[in-house]
Amino acid sequence: MSTTTLLLLVLLLPLLGAVGIIAARRFPNIREGVTLVTASLVAVLVVIMANRFMSGEVFALTVGEPLPGITIAFKVEALGMLFALVAGLLWIVTSIYAIGYMREHKEKNQTRFYTAFAVAISCTFGVAFSANLFTLFLFYELLTLSTYPLVTHTDTPAAKKAGRVYLGILLGTSIGLFLLAILVTWSVSGSVTFTQGGILAGKLDPAWAGLLYALFLFGIGKAAVMPFHRWLPAAMVAPTPVSALLHAVAVVKAGVFTLLKVTIYIFGSDFILANDVTGGLIWVAAATILLSSLIAMSKDNLKARLAYSTISQLSYIALGAMLASKSGLIGASMHIAMHAFAKISLFFAAGAILVVTHKKLISEMDGLGRAMPVTFGVFLIGTMSIIGLPLFGGMWSKFYLGLGTVETGQLLLLGILMLSSLLNVAYLLPIPIRAFFSKPADGKPYTKINEAPKTILLAMVITSSLCIILFFYPDPFYQLATLAVGGR
Amino acid sequence: MIENHISLLLVVIPLIAAPIAAILPWGRASWMLTLVVTSACFVLAGLQLWAVVHNGAISYELGGWAPPWGIEYRIDALNALVALIVSAIAAITVPYALLSAEKEIPKQQIPLFYSAFLLCFAGLLGITQTGDIFNVFVFLEISSLSSYALISLGQRRQALTSAYQYLIMGTLGATFFLIGVGLIYAQTGTLNMMDLAQRLPEVTSLKTVHTGFAFIMIGFALKLALFPLHLWLPNAYTYAPTVITVFLAATATKVALYVMLRILFTVFPDGFVSVTPTGDLFLLSGIAGVLTASVYAIYQMNVKRLLAYSSVAQIGYMAMGIGFASFKGVTATIIHLFNHALMKGALFMAVGAIIYRIGACRMDNIEGLGRQMPWTFGAIVIAGLSLIGVPGTAGFISKWYLVLAALEQQAWLSVGVILFGSLLAVVYMGKVIEALYFKPASEANLSVKEAPILLLAPTWVLVFANIYFGLNAEFTVGIAEHAARALGVAAK
Repeated sequence: MSTTTLLLLVLLLPLLGAVGIIAARRFPNIREGVTLVTASLVAVLVVIMANRFMSGEVFALTVGEPLPGITIAFKVEALGMLFALVAGLLWIVTSIYAIGYMREHKEKNQTRFYTAFAVAISCTFGVAFSANLFTLFLFYELLTLSTYPLVTHTDTPAAKKAGRVYLGILLGTSIGLFLLAILVTWSVSGSVTFTQGGILAGKLDPAWAGLLYALFLFGIGKAAVMPFHRWLPAAMVAPTPVSALLHAVAVVKAGVFTLLKVTIYIFGSDFILANDVTGGLIWVAAATILLSSLIAMSKDNLKARLAYSTISQLSYIALGAMLASKSGLIGASMHIAMHAFAKISLFFAAGAILVVTHKKLISEMDGLGRAMPVTFGVFLIGTMSIIGLPLFGGMWSKFYLGLGTVETGQLLLLGILMLSSLLNVAYLLPIPIRAFFSKPADGKPYTKINEAPKTILLAMVITSSLCIILFFYPDPFYQLATLAVGGR
Repeated sequence: MIENHISLLLVVIPLIAAPIAAILPWGRASWMLTLVVTSACFVLAGLQLWAVVHNGAISYELGGWAPPWGIEYRIDALNALVALIVSAIAAITVPYALLSAEKEIPKQQIPLFYSAFLLCFAGLLGITQTGDIFNVFVFLEISSLSSYALISLGQRRQALTSAYQYLIMGTLGATFFLIGVGLIYAQTGTLNMMDLAQRLPEVTSLKTVHTGFAFIMIGFALKLALFPLHLWLPNAYTYAPTVITVFLAATATKVALYVMLRILFTVFPDGFVSVTPTGDLFLLSGIAGVLTASVYAIYQMNVKRLLAYSSVAQIGYMAMGIGFASFKGVTATIIHLFNHALMKGALFMAVGAIIYRIGACRMDNIEGLGRQMPWTFGAIVIAGLSLIGVPGTAGFISKWYLVLAALEQQAWLSVGVILFGSLLAVVYMGKVIEALYFKPASEANLSVKEAPILLLAPTWVLVFANIYFGLNAEFTVGIAEHAARALGVAAK
C-alpha cells in the first residue's frame, strides 16, 4: 500500500464507517458490527502507519488549495503520529466499551451517537495529520461541531444548556482568538505551514511574540486553560464513552496537541527560549494546574471531579509546551499518551459504576469496592498512573516535565508540579480506598450488585494494563516524542 | 456576431419577455418562459464574464451612437461578476418559485407575478451593464417599482404597509441619486461614467461636486439598506413572498453595492475616498451595522426577520471593506458580496421550504421540525455555518480576507468587530437550530413531511456552492482581485 493510500484510508475509514452505521440503523447488531470492524481496521492501519513512519517513510498529501498559498494538506510528523496512535488505539477499546454501556444504560438515538463518534474520530485524525494551521483549524472546528450532538445526546434541558456552554466557549475562543492568531501569523510571515524551527523567527517583533502566543494559548479553548475551561465540566452530561474518549483523549488532546504544534513548528522553541516569549504565560498554566486540582477536591460528582482533574493534567502539557526546552517538550508530548490511558481507565470505571448502581456521587460509593473489585482495581491503577508513581506509565511524562523545569531553572514550577501530585493523591486516591475499606452508608454490605457487563470489563482491563505496560515499555511513545522535539 | 451583443441581450431579453409573461393564459406558461429567460441570461452572463476576464473590458455602443453622446454599456470584471450573480440566483430561484409561488400567491396573479419578476430582473441587470450614470437611474426605477409590486403580493396584510414603506424610502433614495447626478452633470457636462472619470479630477474641490457625491451616496445607501438607513429592509424581507425575499436578498442589495463601488472608485478619482471622510463614514456605519443588526437578529421571533437583520449586519461587513479604501478591503467586499448571495439565498430558500409546509416561520411554529424535515434542517445548518464563517465554507473565505484587510491597516477595533460579529451569528443561528432540533415537536408538526424535491434541489445547489466556494476560492478570489483592479483601487 502506498503511503498516500494509507494516509487517506486512515482519514476516510471512520467517515465510511459513519455512512455504514447510518445505512445499518435498523439493525443494531450490524450497526455495532460496522463500528467494531471500522475501529479495528483503523487501529491496525494506524499501527502499520506508525511502524512505517518510524522506518523513515514520509506521508504527505495535498488535497486542495482553497486560497492562494493556503492549502488543505496533510503531512505526518512524529507528534501527530503519536496523537493519532493514541486516538486510533483507544477508539476500538472505547467502541467495545460503548456497546456494553449504551445497551445496558438503554440510551436513545444510538445511531446518531455512533455516527457522530466516527465523524469525530475522523476529524481527530485530520487535526493530527494536518500540515498547516489552516487545515488544523478546519478540522479543529469540525471536531467541535461533530461532538456537539454527543454532548447534547440526552436532549434534556440540562444537556441543551451544557451544549450552549460547549459551543459558546469552543467556537468563541476559536473564532475570536485562535483565528485571529492564525491571521496575524499569516500576515506577519506569509505562511501557515508547520515548519521545523518555526516560521516567526526574524519576522515577528519579539515584543509582540508574547501577545501572539497568548492569543494561541487562550484561543485554543480545547486545551482548557483557565479561564476558558468551563466547557469541559459542562460536557460531562454526555454519555460516559464520550467523556472517556472524546473529553479525556481526542478533543482535549487535540487542544494541547495544537498548542505543542504551534510551539514547535510555528514559534520554534529556539525563538521562544531566546526571547522569553512564554515567561509570564507559563504561570497561567501553573495556576490552572493548582486551582483545578483544588476545585476537583470539592466535587462530589465523580465525573465532575475527573473533569477538573483533566483540566489540571492538560495544563501540565501546556506548561511543558511553554517551557519549550527539550525535556519539557518530550514530557508534554509523552503526557498526551500517558494521561490518555490513565484517564480513560478512570472514566471507564466511573461509567461502569454508573451503569450498574446508577450512583454518580463519590460519597455514596463507600464499600462498593468489595462488590465491584475489578472496576475499583482499574480505578486504582488509573489513579496511581495519574499521580505518577513508578510501575505506572504516568511516571515517565512527569519525570520529563520535572526535568524540563530543572533544565530551564524554574524551580518554583518544579515545586508546583510536586504539589500538584500531592493534590492528585488527595482527590483521587480516597475514592478507591473508601470503596474498598469503608462500610456502606447503611452498614450492610452490597449483595445484589455485581460487576458491569463483560464488554465494559474487557475495555477497562485493556486500558489499565496498558498503564502498567507503558511503564516497562514506553519506547514507542518516547521515540515519537524525541523525534518530534528533535525535528521530524 | 451574436457574441458582440451579449451585453445588450442580457437586458433586452428579460425586458421583452416581461410583457409576454403577463399576457400568457396560464401561470405555468409564464413560469416556463421565465425559466427559459433566466437560464439563458445565466449562460450569457457566464459567457460575458469569461470574455471580460480573457479579452479585457467590453464597450458596447447602444444603437451605434458613440459615447459620450450615445449610451455606452461598459463591462469589466466587476459588473460581469455582479451580472452573473444576479442571473445565477434568478436561474436557481425560478425552479424554486414554481411551487412556492403557487402556494403563496393567488392563482390569477401568477402571470403578473412572473412579469414583475422579469422586469425587476431586467432592471437589476440593466444597472450592472450600463456605463451611463443616468441610465443607472432609469434601470433603478424599473427594478424598484417592480419590486414594490412584488413585495406587496405577500400573503399577510402587512405586506402592503411594508411595500409602501419601501416605496417611500426607495423613492427618496432614487430622488437623492437623481439630484446628485444632476449636480455633477452641471459641473462636468457628461453622464458617461468613463467620461466623468476623466473630467471629475479637475473639479473635485468644488462644493457642488461634494454635495452631488453625498446625494448619490445617501441615495444608494438607502437602496443598499446600509445602517442606519436599513429600516425598510426587515419588514420588506419578512412579508414579501419567499421567492422574492430569496431573490432580493441575494441580488438587489448586491447591485446597489456595485453602483457604490463603481462611483466611489471608478467615477470619482482614486484617493477621493480617503481625502473626504467617506471612508471613515463607511467604516463607522459598517461597525455600527454589524453590531446593532446582529444584536437585533438575536431577539427576533420570526426567522425571516432574523435573517433580514442578519443581512443588514452582513452589509455592514461589506461597508467595512469599502471603508478600508484599500485593494484588500475592496477585494474582501466583492468576495463577501458573492458569498453572501450564496448563504442568504440558501437560508431563505430553506426557510421558504418550512413556510411551504406549515405556512409560518415563527420560532414557536417551527419547533421540532428538524427531525421531520432533515434535508431542510441540514441546509439551514450548513448555510448557517457559512454565515458564521466556519472554515470549509464560503463565509470563512469572506472573513479571512476581511480580517486580513483590517490587519493591514492595523485597525484592531475593526478586527475585533468582525470576529465578534461572527460570534453573534453563532448565537442567532444557534437559536434557530435549537428551536428546530431541541424543542419537542407539537402535535401538528409531528405530521409534517419533508419539503418537495423542487424546493430542496435549488436549496441544496446553493448549499453545495457554499461548501465548494469554501474549499476552492480560486474563482471567487481571482475574479474579486480582477474586479478590484478594474475599479482602479490602488494596491498598497
